[in-house]
Amino acid sequence: MIFKSSLKQLNVFSKCREDGVSVWQCPEFLFLLMGLTIIGASLTFYLIGTGYYALDSLMVAMSVLAVAFVLFIIFFTIIHNFERLIEVSRMKSEFIDITSHQIRSPLTSLKWIIELLATKKAKLSLEERKKYFDDAKENIQLIVELIDDLLVVTKIEDKNFSLKKKEISLKKMIEDSIAQFKFFSDASKTEIKFYCKDNLPKIFVDSYYLKLAVDNLIGNAIRYTPGKGKIDIYLSKKGKNLLFKIKDDGVGIPKKDQKYIFQKFFRSENLLKEEVQGSGLGLYITKLSIKRLKGKIWFNSKERNGTTFYFTIPIK
Amino acid sequence: MKKILIIEDESILQKALRNILEEQSYEVVSALNGEAGLNMAISQIPDLVILDLILPKKEGFEVLEELKKNSKTKKIPVIILTNIEKIEDMEKAFKLGATAYLIKTQYKLEELLKKVNGILNQ
Repeated sequence: MIFKSSLKQLNVFSKCREDGVSVWQCPEFLFLLMGLTIIGASLTFYLIGTGYYALDSLMVAMSVLAVAFVLFIIFFTIIHNFERLIEVSRMKSEFIDITSHQIRSPLTSLKWIIELLATKKAKLSLEERKKYFDDAKENIQLIVELIDDLLVVTKIEDKNFSLKKKEISLKKMIEDSIAQFKFFSDASKTEIKFYCKDNLPKIFVDSYYLKLAVDNLIGNAIRYTPGKGKIDIYLSKKGKNLLFKIKDDGVGIPKKDQKYIFQKFFRSENLLKEEVQGSGLGLYITKLSIKRLKGKIWFNSKERNGTTFYFTIPIK
Repeated sequence: MKKILIIEDESILQKALRNILEEQSYEVVSALNGEAGLNMAISQIPDLVILDLILPKKEGFEVLEELKKNSKTKKIPVIILTNIEKIEDMEKAFKLGATAYLIKTQYKLEELLKKVNGILNQ
């Protein structure tokens, strides 16, 4: 069995088929071709040099080896770039697969709800119909949120990004964000308290990325704190950084899920159980945004006992 | 009365399916995760299982594999109902013993009902 799988590994043509590329675009085949070409060319030059021109064999061998080494480096670089292109293409396909699945789920719900309402209208009670309409509304919101988050991901993943820095007050940004979410926190009877000293310095950052992080963390704290919850936000100065801390008494994150929560599209199992909707992109966006601003983000959490997220941002 | 087990983590989809199946006088039981679904299948021996693939606690493929390994449940027809449209997954499902592989977005509830009726009346 092991012998068979090792043989399969050596079969470059089957590897190319697995990668879904032609042999001329396949790194394994090109690597093999490069090796054979270099060996063949080296032997030919050695034989011509020593046999036809009767040059010193050591000198010829050294020159051939030097040329072979340079050729090897050049070919290796080209092939390595091919490999990277294939990896990017594979990641893109995977991203499209996951994204289309994420969008299809709420679309299916929407489609079936509309079908039920259209065909079984007479048999459904007023209360049932209202519930189905609410579900439909929730699914439309989820699709909108997912598409918005995908657009943000495309923007922040762009390696050619440039920061538009300006001086801002993080305190003011947090206050604005709390005000922006007031409708939702009031609706879920969640109390938000913000603790901050008045004399904190302003920071020089790209406010777009910082606002993404602040909004996501405050939005998540409200969303994942069911019922009458309490959210405390703290802002303080720590060395050359500002330290943001947000503590909720919500559903918390199960220990086994904690290492995955910043991954793209990851949604903790307890959220699925609690039926809390989300795109699975919020914390990925948050982490990437903080990273762009040269800050750090971390958290501690206990299932059913709430979560505390922290991030730091350099003042200058 | 024939019994159908729905293993689906999206409660709205589960509710819509239940609604249309109960109307046809099927007895419907359901689970929101793979583990509970598998236990329910073993304890209740339904006539048909409708199984999603992406599930909390136990993935759909694991559930299918264990259903087909268990002597009590191996003959129960299983319809895979998912939004994953990959040839490899379809092949894997049939290899593991699924009776049908249906893509949620491609089916109306009425068409799904016809499929279920067809499989149960075979």
